[in-house]
Amino acid sequence: MANLQAIKDTATEQRLFFNRLLLAVLCVVVGTAAVAARLTQLQVFEHETYSDLARGNRIRLEAAPPTRGLILDRNGNVLAQNLPAYQLEMIPEQVTDIEETLARLFALGLLDAEQEENLRDRIRRSASFKPVTLRSRMDDDAVARFALQRPYFPGVDIRARLVRDYPHGATAAHILGYVGGLSESDLRRVDNANYAGTTQIGKTGIEATYESELHGSVGHREVVTNADGRALDFQTRDEPQPGMHVYLTIDLELQRLAEKALEGRRGAIVAIEPSTGEVLAMASAPTFDPNGFARGMDSDTFRALQENLDRPLFNRAVSGGYPPGSTIKPLLALGALDSGRTSVNRVINCEGHFSLPGSTHRYRDWKPEGHGLVDLTQAIAQSCDVYFYQLAQDMDIDLMHEYLVRFGLGENLGIEIPGEKAGLVPSRAWKRERFRRRADQVWFPGETVIASIGQGYMTATPLQLAHMTATIANLGVRVRPRLTHRLEDPLTRDTTAREPELLPAVGNIDANAWQHTIEAMRAVLQSPQGSAFATGSGVDYTFAGKSGTAQVFSVAQEDKYDELELDERLKDHALFVAFAPIESPEIAISVIVENAESGSGVAAPIARQLADHWLSR
Amino acid sequence: MFQDTTAMGREQAPATQNWLQRMHLDGPLLAGVLLIAAFGLFVLYSATGQNDRQTFSQAIRLGVAVVAMLIMAQVPPNFMRRYAGAAYAVGLGFLLVVLIAGSTSKGAQRWVDIGFRFQPSEIMKIAVPMACAAYLHYRPLPPQLVPLVILICLIAMPAALIARQPDLGTAILIAASGGIVVLLAGLRFRVIFSGLVLLGAGLPLLWQNMHDYQRQRVLTMINPQSDPLGAGYNIIQSKIAIGSGGLFGKGWTNGSQGQLEYLPERSTDFIFAVIGEEFGLLGLISLLLAYLFVIGRGLFIASQATDTFSRLLAGSLSLTFFLYVLVNTAMVTGLLPVVGVPLPLISYGGTSMVTLMGAFGILMAIHTNRRLLPR
Repeated sequence: MANLQAIKDTATEQRLFFNRLLLAVLCVVVGTAAVAARLTQLQVFEHETYSDLARGNRIRLEAAPPTRGLILDRNGNVLAQNLPAYQLEMIPEQVTDIEETLARLFALGLLDAEQEENLRDRIRRSASFKPVTLRSRMDDDAVARFALQRPYFPGVDIRARLVRDYPHGATAAHILGYVGGLSESDLRRVDNANYAGTTQIGKTGIEATYESELHGSVGHREVVTNADGRALDFQTRDEPQPGMHVYLTIDLELQRLAEKALEGRRGAIVAIEPSTGEVLAMASAPTFDPNGFARGMDSDTFRALQENLDRPLFNRAVSGGYPPGSTIKPLLALGALDSGRTSVNRVINCEGHFSLPGSTHRYRDWKPEGHGLVDLTQAIAQSCDVYFYQLAQDMDIDLMHEYLVRFGLGENLGIEIPGEKAGLVPSRAWKRERFRRRADQVWFPGETVIASIGQGYMTATPLQLAHMTATIANLGVRVRPRLTHRLEDPLTRDTTAREPELLPAVGNIDANAWQHTIEAMRAVLQSPQGSAFATGSGVDYTFAGKSGTAQVFSVAQEDKYDELELDERLKDHALFVAFAPIESPEIAISVIVENAESGSGVAAPIARQLADHWLSR
Repeated sequence: MFQDTTAMGREQAPATQNWLQRMHLDGPLLAGVLLIAAFGLFVLYSATGQNDRQTFSQAIRLGVAVVAMLIMAQVPPNFMRRYAGAAYAVGLGFLLVVLIAGSTSKGAQRWVDIGFRFQPSEIMKIAVPMACAAYLHYRPLPPQLVPLVILICLIAMPAALIARQPDLGTAILIAASGGIVVLLAGLRFRVIFSGLVLLGAGLPLLWQNMHDYQRQRVLTMINPQSDPLGAGYNIIQSKIAIGSGGLFGKGWTNGSQGQLEYLPERSTDFIFAVIGEEFGLLGLISLLLAYLFVIGRGLFIASQATDTFSRLLAGSLSLTFFLYVLVNTAMVTGLLPVVGVPLPLISYGGTSMVTLMGAFGILMAIHTNRRLLPR
């Protein structure tokens, strides 16, 4: 029977096929007719019923946005929270007479008369079933007045929503960042379903970095509404999962102190706990009030912030690349001792200037009359430039580069907030890469000279300088600086702590070199010749530091630096780095005050203030 | 273009071919399909809540799908017949890979990653009917017992694998596409009826092997009010959307059910309800007529085909297309349980659109490659 070679009877087969095809056509017609009949039933005979259902009692699936997590300092002080705000909304199709309703709302003083045209325009353009916000922030008085009149305003209602609030205003604004309205471009990169009902999203700072943790996940509820669109009842389908609380490593008191010290100036302060890398304070001045962004500001205010010459939105602490000035001298001393290019006993006669062999060009010391005979300790204590000009000749730029980068200079440290800059530590290889023209690729001996006092191409951020200081305090152990201490689940109170993270260590450095360098840094503050002796006197702990004064503006060879004639913004930056106590370091600090001219005079006292506060807590 | 009257009626002279024929395209089918797809984009803009981005990306997909159609139209049916077995084997292999190592999306394993992600079940939508038709091409019709058993295996293996993913809707539709080939081949009525009886007897068994959510869907269809905020929610909202649309609808982008998101899955599986709400009975009937036109043209192509393989394949592809339309519209109107079947050519989503257009390309290839002269 199953003869595969059987002759095919083409004609019969075709007839058979046509029979079946006709049957199929019949099925298609019957199936389509069934659907058409069903449609007629729904859309013609039961149209009234479904129309009422659509217009009247509605069950509506509504997104229940999660409550955003709080941001707190290391001691649990709230830095970012959520406050309820009330807004007045209207659903145009549910209002019988829009003009008359608006007129009555204006009469009650609930609407801003200046916004009248804008308002009418928005109502006209909106789909009639979509709520239009008539007023975004209502004070308690306005809420109370409307509540009394609510029955007379069908289609108009108050809706509560949570708005981000920064109770300490501008304090720590650069760390926290801010939230703003959810934009089209935000929606492109987040899970839209999870952001249904969410109105704000982290734009910068911790608010942006920890957006997914802070946000939580959306819940849903079924809302039963009446013909006026008012919610009658709701039933929760799934609860929103509130966002995690983020505890920072910041200490609010220390942060305030740092910001107060910079008040009225431009600059930055970073304080780190050396053993853990925890950032205790990070200030950038001038600052701004993030509440403006969270509540919405008008374009004039925003433009003023953006165009402000002092750049308040710019986080100098992580994004500002400054010439580090003399603050890198301890590192160079450490490197020179470790590599045997100098010794503790070597003495140089400083006459106030230095020239390269075979050149008449004079590199000046900050002290025109010179420091006289100085050894390494005094060269650091008094910040003698000439000693380091000579040291640079003995070390050469590539060896200097090697020691500087081992301490994290020129490298992104991976702090949690956006905008971190890597800074720059120049070397011969860097210059070959950086410049295209042959003539520019050559490394000049003079560039080595100025690199020894942290000038020229070299830049570092305040964060890097604090990290460098903490690494010196740790005798070479590098811990990644960080701003977040732990995350806490608001429901279960379970916490996830962030453990200190070690970075590649500095490597082997001679123990004597460490000892002499730190001793010299102590001499800066605690020996009578020290550049910051005035600041260091009277402290009851061991204190090590280094001042720096970085040129913003180069002074021509024959001119004298004249403080009075220079534009304020061209004056030297004042820097100071310090740590304390030396035996078991608890705080490492970097201070930069732009155009304040004297590292030891202006920046050092600020560092002392912070150390005093932290060690006496 | 040359008018060469002497060549007319004798055989296909190149000079009398218009550009459509030269590209192996079928005018009526192309027009019908593009009309529906264009209307689909128009509706999709409204159904996505006036989302330019989604509408645009769907337009891009449509473009890709048209290219797939153009490519498939160039493949001679004889070539397809010869490689149908190979395509089937590759598809089956991918299904096995998915089962073992596929990536999971929305709780079901349907995807396989080979540089880009795709669903092997999409290949099978075409490969199964093609393999069945190719198998029957060489055998006397109606099929005898042994070929019938082999065919049942050919169909059941991929269907079972897809059902395991689990994707019951697609599994049933793929099984149906193969079954249609067998039916068109002239299966005896008594065999058909005994098959139906067997199927009826097997239903309790199927019920026992269903996932809980699948059983829930069947129960919901029977009585949606039993759980208005749970599983019945979709169907209730969909019926309200269609019913409130009335004869003429509420107008484009003006349907409150769809725009206010009362209607779930408004841009994908339930887009038919959005059309019903915004364009009314008039719009839906017009759309159904357009679908009927495309299906009718497909069946006409099947009737004109000159060999068994082409005939069976063209018939199966057209009728499967009808099944998709029927299952989706019946589901949205509450006549069938909710199975995840998109409305062809209109629902938002990529892979099924490409497969569908590929199938239309095959229909065109069959029509433009038929032998025109009677033997």
